[in-house]
Amino acid sequence: MQRIINFILRNRNAFLYSFLALISLVITVRSHSYHQSKFFNSSKWLTGNVYGTASDISSYFNLREENNRLVNENERLRRMLFNAENAVIEPLDSSLVDYEVLSARLVKNSFTSPRNYVTIDKGKNQGVAQDMGVITTKGILGIVENVSNNFATVQSVLNTKSNINAKIKHSNYFGSLVWDAKDFTVVQLVDIPRLVPLVVGDTIVTGGMSSIFPENVPIGVIKKYDLNASKSFYNIDVELFNDMVNIKNVYLIENKNREEIKALESTTNE
Amino acid sequence: MNSAVFLNTIRFVLLVLTQVLIFNNLHFLGYINPMVYVIFFYWYPIKGNRALFMVISFLLGFCIDVFSDTLALHSLASLTVAYARPVLMRFCFGVNYEFQNFSFKNTTKVQRITFLGLLIFIHQMVFFSLEILSISHFLLILKKVFTTGIVTLVLCTLFSSLFSPQSE
Repeated sequence: MQRIINFILRNRNAFLYSFLALISLVITVRSHSYHQSKFFNSSKWLTGNVYGTASDISSYFNLREENNRLVNENERLRRMLFNAENAVIEPLDSSLVDYEVLSARLVKNSFTSPRNYVTIDKGKNQGVAQDMGVITTKGILGIVENVSNNFATVQSVLNTKSNINAKIKHSNYFGSLVWDAKDFTVVQLVDIPRLVPLVVGDTIVTGGMSSIFPENVPIGVIKKYDLNASKSFYNIDVELFNDMVNIKNVYLIENKNREEIKALESTTNE
Repeated sequence: MNSAVFLNTIRFVLLVLTQVLIFNNLHFLGYINPMVYVIFFYWYPIKGNRALFMVISFLLGFCIDVFSDTLALHSLASLTVAYARPVLMRFCFGVNYEFQNFSFKNTTKVQRITFLGLLIFIHQMVFFSLEILSISHFLLILKKVFTTGIVTLVLCTLFSSLFSPQSE
């Protein structure tokens, strides 16, 4: 017994190392296969507030550019509103609205790691919930993963775990949008069958299958495509509309019918 | 003693903030985010308790992980560097390091930069291998290790000459 204790005492640093290394390895491997940690992420009070303060200061530097982008979007939306074919004013009854939209501001951006998460400055208190879709004025950004009281983390499309339903515009062929971690301007669309006619420059939009994003939110254009190893599906490189480096204002989309769809699907699967 | 604890606490907080607020947003050439906090392992007193040093390094890595949502990658890399530090010191400074009156002042610049470079190399190697976690991306790992490592080394050398520690 004495010898065992002596042995442990003599090699205590090695034991300490193995113990701490084991902890971090377990957390790392878990984060590769499961969702992001619930307890430690950048939406928490301390981290969120540090990023919030830093972003308050730095957001002054590109206010002009950001304002221009928002004015452009307003212009586009107004044009759509005035040119709507049957310009009937929709009744503003919340029970008739399918999608609710919230605005938020990015306090932490990230695009260089293989698993990118961004943090936004709206949380549970402002009505943000897990699995809400996040878009910018140009295209999709990701899906809300963790929510704290005043902040939320968003799993970006630039995340190897991200898997979003997408389709080719004006057709109903849909596939999954994934990312191979190589280039932050390009994501991959897989599972499009071989018989689909493709042209470089075709627009890719979200499909209506996910119950997270509404149909036809822009994603990007086809940059190049080739057949996968089994020669029956295409691997398509999609160049994103979004400039992932320069994002400030985002919109959160809540599908009012999501609970109902989920409940229906779970009863069907039983 | 107390001043050393105080100094290292301040260093810890400042390095975490510098890393997450400035250097994680640098994106030099699109993907290089130098990890200057590695200089903590260079500055930490040599004579200190080794177990304590490892725990502190783990915490340093963990703080940065929580901020950058890369849970446990920085922790493991920092922990490994802390564990390997005595071996590296013996390698770089020879038997001199064993003596009581050893300090950075009586080592050559080449020795110090080799030491810093090896610390950074081990850190980057562990970090990027775990981050990507796939052998088929070996070239990507090497590319990231070398480019980020070199930028980190340059910045850390600058830092170490700007704020040279008096505590040793």
